[in-house]
Amino acid sequence: MAALRRTALFDFHVKRGAKMVPFAGWEMPVQYKESIINSHLHTREKAGLFDVSHMLGVRFTGKDRVEFMEKMCPVDAKNLPASMGSLSVLTNEAGGIIDDCIVTNRGDDLYTVINAGHEDKDLPHFEKHIKAFHGAGKDIHMEALTGNALLALQGPKAVDVMKKLSSHSFDSMKFMQGAHMTVAGVQCFVTRSGYTGEDGFELAFKKEESEGLAAEICKNSDVMTIGLGARDSLRLEAGLCLYGNDLDDTTTPVEAGLLFVISKARRESGGFIGADVILGQINNKSAARKRIGLIVEGAPARNGAEVVDKDGKQIGVVTSGVHSPCLKKNVSMAYVATPFSKLGSEIGVKVRGKTSAAVVTKMPFVPSNYFRGA
Amino acid sequence: MSIIARATLRATASRAFSRPAAFSRSFAVVTKFTTDHEYVSNNDGIATVGITKFAAEALGDIVFVELPEVGAKLDQKESMGVVESVKAASDVYMPISGEILEVNDMLKDSPATINESPLEKGWMAKIKISNPAEMDEMMTLEAYEKFCADESS
Repeated sequence: MAALRRTALFDFHVKRGAKMVPFAGWEMPVQYKESIINSHLHTREKAGLFDVSHMLGVRFTGKDRVEFMEKMCPVDAKNLPASMGSLSVLTNEAGGIIDDCIVTNRGDDLYTVINAGHEDKDLPHFEKHIKAFHGAGKDIHMEALTGNALLALQGPKAVDVMKKLSSHSFDSMKFMQGAHMTVAGVQCFVTRSGYTGEDGFELAFKKEESEGLAAEICKNSDVMTIGLGARDSLRLEAGLCLYGNDLDDTTTPVEAGLLFVISKARRESGGFIGADVILGQINNKSAARKRIGLIVEGAPARNGAEVVDKDGKQIGVVTSGVHSPCLKKNVSMAYVATPFSKLGSEIGVKVRGKTSAAVVTKMPFVPSNYFRGA
Repeated sequence: MSIIARATLRATASRAFSRPAAFSRSFAVVTKFTTDHEYVSNNDGIATVGITKFAAEALGDIVFVELPEVGAKLDQKESMGVVESVKAASDVYMPISGEILEVNDMLKDSPATINESPLEKGWMAKIKISNPAEMDEMMTLEAYEKFCADESS
């Protein structure tokens, strides 16, 4: 196994009492001194700071960047206003999902952040298609921003923390918008986005600034550093997918219930990789399985647990599951045969040989708190 | 999240120990520990068993507990239940062979009791010991503390 990589904040995490674990090829904090449940609840009530430097920013320039991005994913880049971001998925020829990402139109480039451990998968994929574009005389250039670090500040108090550290006008910055700004004296590209369902921000900046910026943010008593443990329960309560669990190369955005990432314009224009399969599933309603949310009685049903119908016949599989600290119930994401995906369906999950009752439940499990305007 | 599930019983806190509660009866209660981080408090042939404070702290917030059936006769090392933390599910093994006399039903509604009081309120089962000699192989508190310190380093 290759040596684990460390972010620029490794020492910072250890100094703050983090328990470090391997994750996607990186050594990351799973929790600090506070318990995972307390960390989770703190983020929902105040603000949590997450080191997400294991993810990688990538920027695309060149006058054909919109056409290129619209080939790589079903994003509506043409109609994406400057400073605006949009959730999208990189697709393969079979309509499966190579990665999920947010694509932001920064005016002079298209910017995206790819998942941890995905450099060796996504970048060659981009390169292959860049080569084809170049062969056709098109102008497209990719730059992986390996010199950057990323922090996410999430929670209802995140904006107040940002207001103390930056003179940027946050009242006019809505969910999914991005802007260049100075935060605690550090040049950052900030997007109002995250992975918790809360209002919050993701900051990209030179990694040499990591310790200084993280320390400045943590001076605010509302901020607690939060590890991967609570990040997982927060995103699951928010109904957000974890690539590798809830999404993979064999799952289409239709099966994953991510139809909202494909605008009307893109359903008409097509042209993205795998469009035939994906648009076919949309138009014919032919997706055989669907991603659903479940509230499960008894033991938490985690990745790999069988989903069964009332007769005990397998109808699907759990892809993520956790005990929800906010609801104090077990919540799971699962893929089930489409006829069982209706909200309110009473099905079961098998955990350690025992079947527990489960109800198909609307996601997000906990209402989102995104900032959509003052 | 497979990585999170890879919870190990590693913790660094040296405050991970507390001495078991003293029992009021006149028999001398002997408490021993297993390498799987279970404890057995033998009070005249009836053992109170559970997981240690070290294990509870390493697992983190416990959100679900599965307990054995009363009346079940189980061998040492057989699974007697499960504790699930936010991070992962962990089997709990019979530290000693015997018959389950009683289980701590309070844990079904308040699983976090194990975090708060693993050796007292958070006990898991009472077992009628069938082979007391099995206790001889287990660690004393001092040996267990050393074992944990070695695991943490």
